[in-house]
Amino acid sequence: MSTTEHVHDLGMPASNPIDAAIAASVTTQGEKQTALKAKDFKTDQEVRWCPGCGDYVILNAVQSFLPSLGIAREDMVIVSGIGCSSRFPYYMNTYGMHSIHGRAPAIATGLGVSRPDLSVWVVTGDGDSLSIGGNHLIHALRRNVNITILLFNNRIYGLTKGQYSPTSEVGKVTKSTPMGSLDHPFNPVSLAIGAEATFVGRAMDSDRKGLTDVLRQAAEHQGTALVEIYQNCNIFNDGAFDLLKDPTTGTQWSIPLVHGEPLVFGPDGAACVVRDEFGGLRIAETNQVDASQIVVHDAHREDSSYAYALSRLSSQDLRYTPMGVFRSVQKPTYDRMMAEQLDVAAAQGSDDLDAILGGSDTWTVSA
Amino acid sequence: MTATDPAVSAGSSAPGGLVKSVVELDRVVIRLAGDSGDGMQLTGNRFTSETASFGNDLSTLPNFPAEIRAPTGTLPGVSSFQLHFADHDIMTPGDAPDVLVAMNPAALKANLADLPGGGLLILDSDEFTPRNLAKVGYAVNPIEDGSLEGWQTVSVPLTSMTLDALADSGLGKKEAERSKNMFTLGLLSWMYHRPTEGTVRFLERQFRRKPEIAAANIAAFRAGYNYGETTEAFAVSYEIKPAPMAPGKYRNISGNQALSLGLVAAAKRSGLPMFLGAYPITPASDILHELSKHKAFGIRTFQAEDEIAGIASAIGASFGGALGVTTTSGPGISLKSEALALAIMTELPLVVIDVQRGGPSTGLPTKTEQSDLLQAMFGRNGEAPLPVIAPRSPGDCFDAAIEATRIALTYRTPVILLSDGYLANGSEPWAVPAADSLPDLTGAVDFATEPNGEDGEFLPYLRDPETLARPWAIPGTAGMQHRIGGLEKADKTGNISYDPENHDFMTRTRQAKIDGIAASIGPTDVDDPDGDATVAVIGWGSTYGPIGAGVRRVRRSGRKVAQIHLRHINPFPADLGEVLGRYERVVCPEMNLGQLAMLLRAKYLVDVQSHTQVRGLPFRAAELAAVIQDVIDSTSGAPLAADPTGGGE
Ligand code: SF4
Repeated sequence: MSTTEHVHDLGMPASNPIDAAIAASVTTQGEKQTALKAKDFKTDQEVRWCPGCGDYVILNAVQSFLPSLGIAREDMVIVSGIGCSSRFPYYMNTYGMHSIHGRAPAIATGLGVSRPDLSVWVVTGDGDSLSIGGNHLIHALRRNVNITILLFNNRIYGLTKGQYSPTSEVGKVTKSTPMGSLDHPFNPVSLAIGAEATFVGRAMDSDRKGLTDVLRQAAEHQGTALVEIYQNCNIFNDGAFDLLKDPTTGTQWSIPLVHGEPLVFGPDGAACVVRDEFGGLRIAETNQVDASQIVVHDAHREDSSYAYALSRLSSQDLRYTPMGVFRSVQKPTYDRMMAEQLDVAAAQGSDDLDAILGGSDTWTVSA
Repeated sequence: MTATDPAVSAGSSAPGGLVKSVVELDRVVIRLAGDSGDGMQLTGNRFTSETASFGNDLSTLPNFPAEIRAPTGTLPGVSSFQLHFADHDIMTPGDAPDVLVAMNPAALKANLADLPGGGLLILDSDEFTPRNLAKVGYAVNPIEDGSLEGWQTVSVPLTSMTLDALADSGLGKKEAERSKNMFTLGLLSWMYHRPTEGTVRFLERQFRRKPEIAAANIAAFRAGYNYGETTEAFAVSYEIKPAPMAPGKYRNISGNQALSLGLVAAAKRSGLPMFLGAYPITPASDILHELSKHKAFGIRTFQAEDEIAGIASAIGASFGGALGVTTTSGPGISLKSEALALAIMTELPLVVIDVQRGGPSTGLPTKTEQSDLLQAMFGRNGEAPLPVIAPRSPGDCFDAAIEATRIALTYRTPVILLSDGYLANGSEPWAVPAADSLPDLTGAVDFATEPNGEDGEFLPYLRDPETLARPWAIPGTAGMQHRIGGLEKADKTGNISYDPENHDFMTRTRQAKIDGIAASIGPTDVDDPDGDATVAVIGWGSTYGPIGAGVRRVRRSGRKVAQIHLRHINPFPADLGEVLGRYERVVCPEMNLGQLAMLLRAKYLVDVQSHTQVRGLPFRAAELAAVIQDVIDSTSGAPLAADPTGGGE
């Protein structure tokens, strides 16, 4: 497939990208529509999230930035699970599947592996991907299939009307935890890095520019990309991210991650990130350390311990939350390696059905 | 021995001047039993291959523990392999062995009760040590206390003779001892006039990287053969002539192999790339192993993180235009329930293979059962119908896989194929079909590429009027973008709909689509030679062989009985109700507590008499013959004598 009409190479294997039967059906590159606009990605379905839900902002951001990726609508598939965020595919004029609770990464894996020519996305929530679907999420990440996972984290169960989620803070009072929740929350970024993810980013629903920037890098990434999007559920967990959204406290408590830039943040760059004595990271006051001690962000570090240490800077109350791309490293993708194995097998063996039906031990009965 | 008419031929002269006689038999059942570590399955498989290439009809029953290596010499560690071979066509691995080879006291203890009095019993006397005897609770050595007098017992030092034969091999005692199964195979090969070249070739191939091991095994195999020829312990050898078979090319095939090849063939004949999503589970894993070898056919095999991901990934692949397949057994099919319902709701083609094993829960992983039928039929939330089919013999697994694929593709639905442990591991000769004689499935694949709506839009749930299948438009096709999912769909558009009328309509339509499959399958398979039987016996799946063998016995006694066997359990063939209505009595043997019987009773109001067992083993033909005979006699009121042949098949 040529990439001339695509802004980005979507990482299709050079040879034998799709099988003949499928190739005959799918639209060829020459017929693909280009120069799309945001409205081209909208559907006629009425969007049914609660008014004011953070999901609207994310949907708009995605619809607005997709045209710039140059992916034809028919080449994009969005797979979701169950939860408020998982309604997302209905509002996108692409192929989509609103599947079952927690299983979207597994469905997307089967699709991505058998159709490396497609751009496959997963939209999921904190309950969907970290509770019931935790197993599928970690295995998708370690396999590095070429899929992009958007994890809308609102730190609550919205669709089931307000129970605590696996990212809710300890002590959270909800309908199912009237005396406060006893569970320790997952940090989705730490979890993803621990699961060998090759791309991990975090963005805020309301930060159009930051969100678009992380989404773009995730879409361009070859392999499984996970983007945690902080998403406000104004009905059941309103203001969960206000600490980071408020112009004053936001600057104070968020750490913007820019590859190649020193990790300096806070009003007037008063705070910074330095190495601690155990090989991890800690926060310091910029004027108390030598400039050379300040860590320069390197998202491409092969060793994941740096990205992990970054993810551990924040506490469950969101102070010192790094925002941006934590980790982005290149590794062969599962779908591409599988396509290569098939190519090797085809070159070395044959697809003669008669030969395998007969096997190696036959005898003949003559008339 | 079960010789209907043993013809003793003039003796043949063996080296050493012994004159040995040759007895002609029409069929033999041999059971090899030993410790899990003794290589009984391999020995059985080799003997089977020799027998197949000789041209006998055959049927096998491997029986092994779920533990990979239970403690040596104990009862739970006993593994056995039963082979029935004959000069005519046979349907089962045999009710009881004529010959039992027991490699140690545990194998003897676990199997002796199955050996009819007078049967041939071959024992490895070296293994009957005080320690091994004590392990299984023999206070005295049965070889010495006269307790084996009711059988023709031949106790030979198989282990030490193997060691003697390998004295110059340079192998240590432990390693050399492991060839005793090949010594035994050699002895049996002599006794039953089996060809030996195949085993020699097999051993050379199997151990090509360890030539010294290959040489030792071949030496032990030959020593066993020569021992048979020269020893006075065995004065007779047996000849079982090849069975008449239709001309053609044959191979021996197990159910799991046949199923795998059937899937490869189905993919090739449909022109679709296959995607298998599977999680390892006994006894289905061999399908994953076999399909993983056929990447040259464009087959992608994906070992998923769990059973759910196995089916979910296959659904994803189907959405993308592949032939999605998932394989499982036992509790695995329970875990797939939710995703199965998604495939029903999204109306995507999917082939689901359930190799049934003893349940519930972990149950009996290596034993056979037919107890997933009602789960396959109904084990999902909501009204969630799907087609269910079952193969009836190891070789038939091939055709069943192609039929499952045909239905899945034509009707855009998940299909459950119910195999079982007996079919999966059992084997039989199989007439190798020519690839171009197989059903052409390309017609079932017509990816939608053009909008079908009046206003130029694509309606993913606008159905084919004949099959009620919805169009299959795959990602990458411009202008056909659509969203599907587990929420109820509006008719035609596929948009989310909570409308009561629509849900009622869609529920009935999904059911009608599955019911309509009956139009594409043939009439009920009835075997009623004279057409005047008043009793019918009906079965599904792997009970075909034992029921057929039982029916033959009953007929030999002069009684009439019809045999009905179902390939399609959902939907049933359209004429089944009418067929059942022709008989005064209907008997239904099943390896469960009456699941098909329940379906038949519910659907046709027929007073089906259920006969069931769940012993983890196939039915015995004699038991079924007795059951059928009783029903016939109590119906006709004029008892006849039992099968005069005494149980030949
Ligand atoms: S419940 Fe919360 S997350 Fe769900 S749609 Fe409403 S505001 Fe959004």
